[in-house]
Amino acid sequence: MSSKRILTDKIFEYLVTIIALTAVIAVILIFVFIVKEAFPIFFDNEIRYDGKGNEIATMSKMFLPQVIDGQLDFRWQPTSDIPKFGLLVLIVGSIKVTFISIIFAAPLAISAAIYSSQFAGRVFKEIIKPAIELLAGIPSVVLGFFALIVLANWVEKVLGVKPGLNTFTAGIALGIAVIPIIFTITEDSLSSVPKSYVEASLALGANKNQTIWRVLIPAVSPGIFAGVVLGFGRAIGETMIVLMASGNAGILSADFFDPAKTMPSTIAVEMGEIATGGTHYTVLFFIGFMLFTFTFILNYIGDFVVHRFKKKLAGLR
Amino acid sequence: MRIKSFIMLLLLVTFSFIYCGGRKTSTNISISGSDTMLELGKQWALLYEKQHKGQTIQINGGGSGVGINALIQGRIDLANASREIKPEEIKRLEKKKWKLITYKTALDGLSIYINEKNPINELSFEQLKRIYTGEITNWKQIGGKDSKIILYGRQNSSGTYAYFRDNVLLKKDYSPTVQELSGTGSIVRKVAQDIDGIGYGGKAYTMGVKVVKVKVKDSDIAYAPTDENVASGKYPLTRDLYIYTTDKVLNGKKKGDAVEKYIQWISSEEGQKIVKDVGYYPVKKTN
Amino acid sequence: MTQVVYKIKKKFNSFVLVTFLATLIILLILGVIFYDIISQGISHLSWEFLCDKPAEEIRMGGIFPAIFGTALLVLVMTVAVVPIGVITAIYLHEYAKNNKLTRLIRVAVNNLAGVPAIVFGLFGLGFFIQFIGHGIDNMFYGGEIVYGRPAIIWASLTLALLTLPVVIVTTEEALRNISKDIREASFALGATKFQTIMRIIIPNCLSGIITGAILAISRGAGEVAPILFTGAADLLPKLPTSLSDQFMDLKFHIFVLAQSPDVKNSTPVLYSTVLVLLLLIFILNLIAFILRSQLRRKFKSH
Repeated sequence: MSSKRILTDKIFEYLVTIIALTAVIAVILIFVFIVKEAFPIFFDNEIRYDGKGNEIATMSKMFLPQVIDGQLDFRWQPTSDIPKFGLLVLIVGSIKVTFISIIFAAPLAISAAIYSSQFAGRVFKEIIKPAIELLAGIPSVVLGFFALIVLANWVEKVLGVKPGLNTFTAGIALGIAVIPIIFTITEDSLSSVPKSYVEASLALGANKNQTIWRVLIPAVSPGIFAGVVLGFGRAIGETMIVLMASGNAGILSADFFDPAKTMPSTIAVEMGEIATGGTHYTVLFFIGFMLFTFTFILNYIGDFVVHRFKKKLAGLR
Repeated sequence: MRIKSFIMLLLLVTFSFIYCGGRKTSTNISISGSDTMLELGKQWALLYEKQHKGQTIQINGGGSGVGINALIQGRIDLANASREIKPEEIKRLEKKKWKLITYKTALDGLSIYINEKNPINELSFEQLKRIYTGEITNWKQIGGKDSKIILYGRQNSSGTYAYFRDNVLLKKDYSPTVQELSGTGSIVRKVAQDIDGIGYGGKAYTMGVKVVKVKVKDSDIAYAPTDENVASGKYPLTRDLYIYTTDKVLNGKKKGDAVEKYIQWISSEEGQKIVKDVGYYPVKKTN
Repeated sequence: MTQVVYKIKKKFNSFVLVTFLATLIILLILGVIFYDIISQGISHLSWEFLCDKPAEEIRMGGIFPAIFGTALLVLVMTVAVVPIGVITAIYLHEYAKNNKLTRLIRVAVNNLAGVPAIVFGLFGLGFFIQFIGHGIDNMFYGGEIVYGRPAIIWASLTLALLTLPVVIVTTEEALRNISKDIREASFALGATKFQTIMRIIIPNCLSGIITGAILAISRGAGEVAPILFTGAADLLPKLPTSLSDQFMDLKFHIFVLAQSPDVKNSTPVLYSTVLVLLLLIFILNLIAFILRSQLRRKFKSH
């Protein structure tokens, strides 16, 4: 080989390696940037206190109940004369909506995945898979639109719940968005289980039902777990659906038919009006930081579990 | 290798964009801010563009707070606002050594919407305050039927939100149960469908809902936001709709003149006619 | 007789029924959504609607600027994301050894995939616009604000970051499908790694790359949160002609229309816009699907 070709080869290799680092650089950049804008909340007193010397954005003000109008309460009112940054309102709101979405989506998606991989005929399978992909392709703004126009009315008229824009409505719409994720990962895991597993169980005298319940499902439970975790991560970060369907009221309650405010929708609504570097700005970035970290951890767990699961199965082959 | 040449073409097109983009000076007037003035802003822009071919105008909503913020950060030329600019915001402008320029472009009678089937006809400031802070929770407490009041409001970047809080709630906090919708249109939409709903917003958006007459004290006469009552100031929730800009924008070499022309047009008879068509009230002729 | 009944009972026992029902419910949900949108949206659809600019009356105007804006947005995003994504995938598949650097890159890609869209929006606003944009303005335009504000380039770059993992993963899969034999044959014939990649491998997995690009495009055409503050405009009949322009966008337009107070007139327009968006995404996914099955068929024969 001529030395010129070897040189081109080497240059190319270096170029490729550097460009491949873009993903790493991007993630680091995003993380560093968010941290940089959010961390003043921990020590910069110009941000933690307002112009008149009142505490507004310290840890206790944000996470503990405050005395408002004579009562102990959590409030999110960032534009009042005395801004109130009760983060718990948003965190609980996010958890409530996500919880409903998972409770709605997980059983449906997992059952459908089981049906699709174990019982469905070839024809039906060719219908289900594209259908799920189609569902996954629906943009979140369309689902939000659908929840706003159709779902909310249905909730009001059929379930008699007022207001129709609430945690439940947003949760169902969010669930629809999450179904494809849980379905795909569960179905994928079910296909990865070696046939020998199933055949061994049947050979030992178990019928199909018992095989599925007692052998297959326990075997793929890591995969199902990962699917749910990843779905949870996606749901908690979802902005548009919640923005349009949840009513956006900062209510901290256990009632699932109350409207709610979530972390991502609050950022979306309030981001435009804040001054760079002010208290409100820093608090919103802090919320972004919490979201980023939380989804990071969830995704890590999910990926880790899937990875271990696949390795385990590969070892059994 | 047809694919390669296709990719080359694609890259060429994109790079020519980048090249032209940097060079081209844009006289595009960018406006953002109040949702109350969004429809008005759009109609102004569309008519002006029709009459002045070549001039482009861009409108964004987001709320008065968003607009004012963008103006301070130098990202837009004109900020539509349904509330007055706050002292902190003026301070930020002064830090940049920019001077604020204010235009009053229309009058609005901030309206209180309820469902057409709701029997209530008038409300006082005190009642409105107690409803929106959560003290009064049932329609029967003010003479309506026995059902929970469903509160609809705007998001906190909205000028209308701020105006309502300052003038009706007297700076107290809204009840957390108020559903924060991001546009007056959404509020009207919901109240039109919800028998127990109540909302607030610019007069121009009243479609399919009933407008309540407002009085300051219980003993006052309640007024509806009609042309006459707003022009005379009898309607207690009459407010100015502003356009804010800075001297930096108006002195700008590329489009300072274009922006100034546009604002003059808005204050002219033609612009004010649009104000009426959209549903607001023309500014009083002072100069 | 009892034998037949027994067989039917076996087939339709409760477990199968339950899972079947679940599948049916999901299909039903999909069907309801599409039926509703198609039935209500098709009434307002027309050539004028697709090709006109918005007009004073909501009913009269069209959504062409929004379609154009979305198309341009997605185009710039693709130009940014495909090269980087493909090269990263090539690195991971052809060059990477099982060392820490490789694991780092993989972890980074996985995390990028999991970042919520709104966080990308924050990053786009704070980093691209205020940091880089202002920097460009100060260096090249002497303080005049050209790039330091929402613009199509920033929106595209933000979306490119969002869709980068999709391209990388799809391309890697396509690379994996190329059998080792081809590669080894190429080396045996004396080609360098560079030549092998450029002339053999890339052309062969082109459909995989295109699939990835299309998936990225359909994802980019559907995410609103990243472009909320980085460039989308409520009303801008003028089409974007430079990278520093703002633009109208199809999915953002849906969001804007949903807040219109004129319920009677805006609802049909809203439905039709949603229908157009869905059709576009559907067509894109269909193309990707066809390409993928072609790819599968091509390699099955080997």
